Amino acid sequence: MKNDGPLKSRRRFLGAAAAATAGALATLTGCGKNEVEAFLQHNFRELSKEDLKQVIARLEQDAKRKYGKHITIGNEPALQGVIFGYALDLSRCIGCRRCAKACVKENNPSRDPQIEWIRVLQMNKDEGVDIAHADPYYNPETVPQEGRFYMPVQCHQCRNAPCTKVCPVGATWMERDGMVVVDYNWCIGCRYCMAACPYGARRFNWGEPAIPAEEINPVTHYLGNRPRPKGVVEKCTFCIQRVRKGRYPACVEICPTGSRKFGDLADPKSEIRYILENKRVFIFKEELNTKPKFFYFYGV
Amino acid sequence: MSIPSLHRFPGRVLRWGWFLAAMACLGAQDIQVPPPPFTEGIFPCTACHDGTNLKVNRQRRELKDMHSDIVLKHGPESRWCLDCHDPLNRDRLHLASGELIPFTVSYELCGQCHGEKLRDWRAGVHGKRTGSWNGQKQYLLCVNCHNPHSPHFQALKPMPPPVTPGSIQRKGGAL
Amino acid sequence: MEMLRAFARFAADSLGRMLSGNRYYYAWVGFLLLLIAAGSAAYLGQLRDGLIVTHMRDQVSWGFYIGNFTFLVGVAAAAIMLVIPAYVYDWEPIREITILGEVLAVSALVMCLCFVLVDIGRPDRFWHILPLVGRLNFPTSMLAWDVIVLNLYLLLNWFVVTYLLYCGYTRIHYVKAIVLPLVLFSIPMAVSIHTVTAFLFNGLASRPFWNSAILAPRFLASAFCSGPAILLVLLQILRKVTSLRIKDEAIFKVAELMAYTMGFTLFLTFAEAFKEFYSNTEHLVYTKYLWFGLQGHHTLVPFAWASAGCGLAAFLLLLVPRTRKNWVTLNIGCALIYASVYIEKGMGLIIPGLTPDPLGEIYVYTPSLTELLVAAGIFGVGFLVFTLMLKVAVPIMLGEMTIPSD
Repeated sequence: MKNDGPLKSRRRFLGAAAAATAGALATLTGCGKNEVEAFLQHNFRELSKEDLKQVIARLEQDAKRKYGKHITIGNEPALQGVIFGYALDLSRCIGCRRCAKACVKENNPSRDPQIEWIRVLQMNKDEGVDIAHADPYYNPETVPQEGRFYMPVQCHQCRNAPCTKVCPVGATWMERDGMVVVDYNWCIGCRYCMAACPYGARRFNWGEPAIPAEEINPVTHYLGNRPRPKGVVEKCTFCIQRVRKGRYPACVEICPTGSRKFGDLADPKSEIRYILENKRVFIFKEELNTKPKFFYFYGV
Repeated sequence: MSIPSLHRFPGRVLRWGWFLAAMACLGAQDIQVPPPPFTEGIFPCTACHDGTNLKVNRQRRELKDMHSDIVLKHGPESRWCLDCHDPLNRDRLHLASGELIPFTVSYELCGQCHGEKLRDWRAGVHGKRTGSWNGQKQYLLCVNCHNPHSPHFQALKPMPPPVTPGSIQRKGGAL
Repeated sequence: MEMLRAFARFAADSLGRMLSGNRYYYAWVGFLLLLIAAGSAAYLGQLRDGLIVTHMRDQVSWGFYIGNFTFLVGVAAAAIMLVIPAYVYDWEPIREITILGEVLAVSALVMCLCFVLVDIGRPDRFWHILPLVGRLNFPTSMLAWDVIVLNLYLLLNWFVVTYLLYCGYTRIHYVKAIVLPLVLFSIPMAVSIHTVTAFLFNGLASRPFWNSAILAPRFLASAFCSGPAILLVLLQILRKVTSLRIKDEAIFKVAELMAYTMGFTLFLTFAEAFKEFYSNTEHLVYTKYLWFGLQGHHTLVPFAWASAGCGLAAFLLLLVPRTRKNWVTLNIGCALIYASVYIEKGMGLIIPGLTPDPLGEIYVYTPSLTELLVAAGIFGVGFLVFTLMLKVAVPIMLGEMTIPSD
């Protein structure tokens, strides 16, 4: 959402000041115009349409230079009246991790150092959801293992998100259609949001991200899967680049047992509403009142 | 379970019956699904089961001459082929009512016992989900995922676990 | 105009004082510069490769840097230990040395800001946190509050110190109406910086170890007992190497107050431990990891008990008048308090709060060499600021450095 009114004149002034500073800095430091513009870029929510176009063009250029591949950075806004919801069937998940790997293929996280947005926990059926004894590193010959069940965890896109509350610079916020997003060019990497997240859903680019060029997904969104720089936080965005075009998130489509369901909470005829109304649904760490849009249920 | 023999009905009744059944099937074809995943060359079944050379044998037995590759492990011990495959028209499956359905809407047959799953499937919450959440969902037949003769899923090999945090190091060695 | 010239004189003279001294001075400053050089080299590596050169990872995303930051906020807040008796209770013996407490506060705050700067992933985007120019998420984010109160407190202390020293230099009596309100204001400010820092941990429901109402009082209590420890040692050194007169009374009083606050700290620690062990909920895992280890991981255990032991010993040494008034035991007590609170703020607060992580994983964090070197460099910076300011402050306080009359 773009700010108007009192902020508009401030923005115009700052914009002029920034342009003047940029010119001066570029001359003085010998840095390219691109670097100086990157340094002075403001929060996504405060950029004008023209500014954003320039930013995107510059980022596409940078990506071309870094990976030798042409990518497009989209900026599709939230669809009107839509609020996305997600449900995961714990009785059907077999822990095969195809969701985690499909997510990696779709969302351009760093391969080295490795980042995976989805983490699958193996737990014991006779203990239920007992995080203290969860194991994300299971690697048996086949899954599911006898007596175990599997619980994938990713960003819950909370309505009462603790992470957006604590960000000191407002680099992360909830979009109108429900996704909690990060402006990778505004994040200062303080990792307060990571401390605040009760689901361990956020990831940090500790080192310079490295992705082999042939593995880059060139269809990206500014707030979603565009390649990230070093030193910023990232996480699942319900594949914002897909869902705003009517597609399902990559993890939903790849799941071989159909454990993952997704849809528009505002549409009474959607699958997600059907599940919430007909199945036994629970919320992970419900007592923390995060009011997430990610639900677990038992379909069998 | 004995299947009612259709031979006692006069010819014209049978023809009307086929017509009505066909109409019913068309009506039931409300969900776009891929074609049934037949083994190469196995369909149409009536190529062999044409009612002349191969006599209908309703005796429950283990098949030895043909279709011996099919392992039947679906439900109770008493289950066998002609519970689902129509004895008189092998190009069709038959419902409990006797109504015949083509393989393209085999979910109607599955849904007779697995009604809850059929209901969920129609709503879009059962099975692999692809397509468009706000438009045309892509559906699969039950048999695209579940082997109707031996539906129990095989265990899969899991994809590799994530790396442990301790193993993440700066490129070129740790400090 | 007159004042501007006088101030320029003051600045120039101060610079002169900072750049000259005896060989011990040069050796000390040289050593600090060495530390800073080592820290800078390590930090350059961190700038180049990213925070991957630390041992922080997603599972334990804050570590040594934030631990030091938290401890030093406490030290900065503790400068007020001297202000309260000096100005509120009008206790003369302490009055003249409050300026030293404020110099300590300034140095500690500089270190705090440095530790934050080296901890963030994008120091080049530091300006994003500035109000108006950037986008400060005030009042929702506690870090935004921390930015404001820490900088305000730094500005306050720096201004009071500079003003008092300038007045001393120009032999003008300081205007009480300027100084007294600011000094009195610094009392709630000091409480606020440590309360806000405590709230930034306290407010996170995702970390049950931190999500305790008792955290802010604990922070204040441990800050008030550890901060003055450095000061007491410093005062004794200053008494020896300069002709600065500091009454024994003043030192013993501060030591006595430290004893009470350490006692209170121990009580609060015990109260926390009781709640965790008696209620025995699943949230016990964090406390257990700290004091007894978990699933075979015992890295923090010796430190936890050492911290408690040092704290208790220091409490007794400073409480009993005979050991408090004995210089040997007094200094041992100061060292023990410093060690106890330093361990408690870093290893005893940050790490158990993050281990196990929200999905139950235990990642054993220990600082990397880079983190140790950068921290050493920052301590070098802090001590250097402290030394340089004292190099000017002490002569002025002694009347040895005044504006030449021309």
